[in-house]
Amino acid sequence: MHEMGIANSVLTAVRTAMRRVPGSYPSKVGLRIGQMAAIDQEALRFCFEAITRDTDLEKLSLEIEFRPLRYRCRSCGHEFAVQDYEIQCPNCRSLETEYLSGDELELAYLEVEEHGTNPVGA
Amino acid sequence: MERIPLERKVLSENDRIAGDLRARFREHGIFCLNFISSPGSGKTTLLERTLECLPRHERVAVLTGDIQTDNDAARLRRFHFPVKQITTGGTCHLDARMIERHLADWNLQELDLLFIENVGNLVCPSSYDLGEHAKVVLLSVTEGEDKPLKYPSIFFKSRLLILTKTDLLPYVPFDIEAAAENARRVHPDIEVVKVSCLTGKGMAGWMNWLEQQRRAAKTPSTLAPVPAGL
Repeated sequence: MHEMGIANSVLTAVRTAMRRVPGSYPSKVGLRIGQMAAIDQEALRFCFEAITRDTDLEKLSLEIEFRPLRYRCRSCGHEFAVQDYEIQCPNCRSLETEYLSGDELELAYLEVEEHGTNPVGA
Repeated sequence: MERIPLERKVLSENDRIAGDLRARFREHGIFCLNFISSPGSGKTTLLERTLECLPRHERVAVLTGDIQTDNDAARLRRFHFPVKQITTGGTCHLDARMIERHLADWNLQELDLLFIENVGNLVCPSSYDLGEHAKVVLLSVTEGEDKPLKYPSIFFKSRLLILTKTDLLPYVPFDIEAAAENARRVHPDIEVVKVSCLTGKGMAGWMNWLEQQRRAAKTPSTLAPVPAGL
């Protein structure tokens, strides 16, 4: 259960980013989480809500983009999502495939609104 | 509404410290392994047998993590190498800052080998880079052989799987080849050794792997392939 630490890291990043946009408040933060990142999305949402409740970030919503495990074929170059750990290339049936992506735990974006439009805590 | 691209890792601060640690390990020629498993899979016992096998002049040290107690450090200190307990107080994994803090009063010039025993947990430690050369995952034969499929991340990120407590195989319904095969499904390049710390069977295979990896780390051109996901 390290999702609380992850949620805290996300909020730290949000607060740091907000320094660049004075006069605004954050409305949504977007994360990319890979299949192999060992993150329970529901636990992360629970922690995120728990630590933003009754704070100035209460209206900050969390959007998670799930990223599947992806491999690339060394023979034909085809890139594919791996299902059920089947790493054989679905295009040319080669077994010469390599890891491409799938362990993302990344901050993608932050959406901000100008104060006065829908102030946080109002 | 304005959208600001962030485009960085959530754990970028941990990764920055881990990068510094990795650079220091390289500078001082230290080979570092991060041992991860469920509680009770035999990390401490494997380290005891490993320290026992190493010559007294070997410049090895151990950082061992637990939520409470310094019991593991007490066990490992019997072998007269430097050992430090990291008591997390509740945190379910070690992070790079804890490693940095606990290395602070050790002279890294006096070390060649560093073992980090993570908190017993098959999930959370896999997210935290500690600056190690490789993660090593342990799975004991009293667990399920499908654990690599249930907890894929750590098997995906580990260079070596050590199947432990093999002396119990006659008494438990554990298909050791299926366990190895499940790990290879998740991570086709993972290496596998089988060890009984009780009888010593398989210890030579583990010690050979360790020696090969240490040699490879000293020669950048022959570095062992980086495992998928790292």
